[in-house]
Amino acid sequence: MTRLDLTRSPRALALLRSRWPQFLLRAITLAGFVFTILSGLMGSVVGSHNFAIIFVWIAWWTTLKLVFIPFGGRSWCSICPIPLPGEWLQNGGILQPRGGTGFGLGKRWPRFLKGSWMQAGGFLLIGLFGAMTLTSAKITAIVLLFILILALALSLVFERRSFCNYLCPIGGFTGLYAQAGPVELRVKDVDICAAHSEKTCYTACPWGQYPLALKSSANCGLCMECLRVCPSDNIAVNLRPWGSDLGPKTKHRLDEAFLGLVMLASALVDSAVFLGPWGQLKSAAYAIGSPAWFLFSGSFLLTALGILPGLYLGAAWAANRLGTTHVNLRQSLAHYSQVLVPLGLMAWIAFTISFAFVKFGYVLPAVSDPLGWGWNLIGLSKTAGVGEATSFSLNLQVAILMVGLYWSSRVACRISETIRQAAPLIAFSGLFTLAMLWLLVG
Amino acid sequence: MLLFIGMSLLIFFAPLPQPVQIPKDRLIRIEASSFQFIPGEIQINPGDRVTVELVSTDVVHGFSLDGYSFELKADPGQTATGTFTAGKAGVFRFRCSVACGNLHPFMIGKLQVGVNLLLFRGIALGLLAIAAALVSLRKAPRRRM
Ligand code: SF4
Ligand code: SF4
Ligand SMILES: [Cu+2]
Repeated sequence: MTRLDLTRSPRALALLRSRWPQFLLRAITLAGFVFTILSGLMGSVVGSHNFAIIFVWIAWWTTLKLVFIPFGGRSWCSICPIPLPGEWLQNGGILQPRGGTGFGLGKRWPRFLKGSWMQAGGFLLIGLFGAMTLTSAKITAIVLLFILILALALSLVFERRSFCNYLCPIGGFTGLYAQAGPVELRVKDVDICAAHSEKTCYTACPWGQYPLALKSSANCGLCMECLRVCPSDNIAVNLRPWGSDLGPKTKHRLDEAFLGLVMLASALVDSAVFLGPWGQLKSAAYAIGSPAWFLFSGSFLLTALGILPGLYLGAAWAANRLGTTHVNLRQSLAHYSQVLVPLGLMAWIAFTISFAFVKFGYVLPAVSDPLGWGWNLIGLSKTAGVGEATSFSLNLQVAILMVGLYWSSRVACRISETIRQAAPLIAFSGLFTLAMLWLLVG
Repeated sequence: MLLFIGMSLLIFFAPLPQPVQIPKDRLIRIEASSFQFIPGEIQINPGDRVTVELVSTDVVHGFSLDGYSFELKADPGQTATGTFTAGKAGVFRFRCSVACGNLHPFMIGKLQVGVNLLLFRGIALGLLAIAAALVSLRKAPRRRM
């Protein structure tokens, strides 16, 4: 398959190898992160005027889904500020590789907590409390602060980036969809690695990956540490066709299916709550703790843990039956989870377009007056309009959903022996796409 | 492949006739409260002359209709009235245009004018997308994703 190795360009290699460019970006995101927390705590209580709300939920969340993931896979994790304080303490320095003298107990993450189950759980929690977090600057700030402290605390107890690997809901999201992204880090020459007994790359990897063994981009944070410590220059950063990690031969785990289903359910529920015309649903999602909210949570969980998994289970079971070689259900659930990746990614992109095109007008005014205290830094305060969904945006959403259906149907066929066998999964994708279509443009 | 792209463009943009109804004058009373419009979903026919009576039952709320640049603003307990002609068919959201609290950005309702062709176009495109996926793999097995 075609790959374009970026490290072959000396200039790109120099940029990736030096720790400075990445550090500068990280410093900016960290400063932005701290500023976001402060403005959330101290700024205006009107969400649509507060920098924290606008920046986290409109600017960043949109950019993550429209730019970072589709064009860079897990590239956000490369400059994410959340794990930095802990990582710097672990490494005993800011521009240091792993393995020096740092702080922390360096315990191993308990086995039974491995996998992306808790990331999926975290994502569900965000969904359950979403209407509140999304609209209250103070709560957004508290959640961010909590995440920052949790990541720091975990990195002092456990080794490497335990928070990122097993807890971060954003990491679960980006990791899952990074498999469809066009960037990967791999070794150039397998034999060189086999002959290199120190495995400096593994020692240096904050994510606990061994580059030689990387088959999927889901768990590689593209931090470039391995590239920096490899004595033989044997690490490549490839541009590749979209969806390269999805295919008949790649390995997938059961928790990926769960993560994929939770993401699908969240896309449906978020579309219904935030973009739908059902006022009572919104109030129910917002009134945390009230009977209506419990009803909302119940139906959300039913969708995420009952209906969608049920349909998927049925589809995977039928596909398994229609094949010539039968594997056990657990394996086929894991194997077919690949279909959920392009389906979910495109659904989230369509949702984001629907949501963000309307609200983007809030961004510049929020830069101009970040705390809602009446400042006018760039002369654009108070210019935010109501925003509207144009017919261009509606058509684009339909087109994106269709790309998702086309793509997931292709994946379904490629990982099945026959089209007959792929049919139940295609039907599942079609049903989901229909639901999204109705919620977004119906 | 070109065939499929051509067909999808056709499905997307082919002008389809809207069933013709005799245009009517309509009076629609919409109650706005934090954070919903009642009714939240409204169905009318293309060509209708619509008079909207916006009543606010608590704080100041607005009513701004996508695609029509039609806007109203109602003070608490007051009624604001405005008229527009539904010249465009399709589904349009209307939103509150006055910051009224935390959920204000999501205070949304839906106006359907005639038949929502985009939804049907979308369904047809979906079937086409599946067909395209099957054909693309049959012609060039294991080419690329
Ligand atoms: S996994 Fe989460 S905390 Fe870690 S780098 Fe990625 S987004 Fe940041
Ligand atoms: S494999 Fe390399 S780039 Fe990926 S997380 Fe590990 S050190 Fe970073
Ligand atoms: Cu309002």
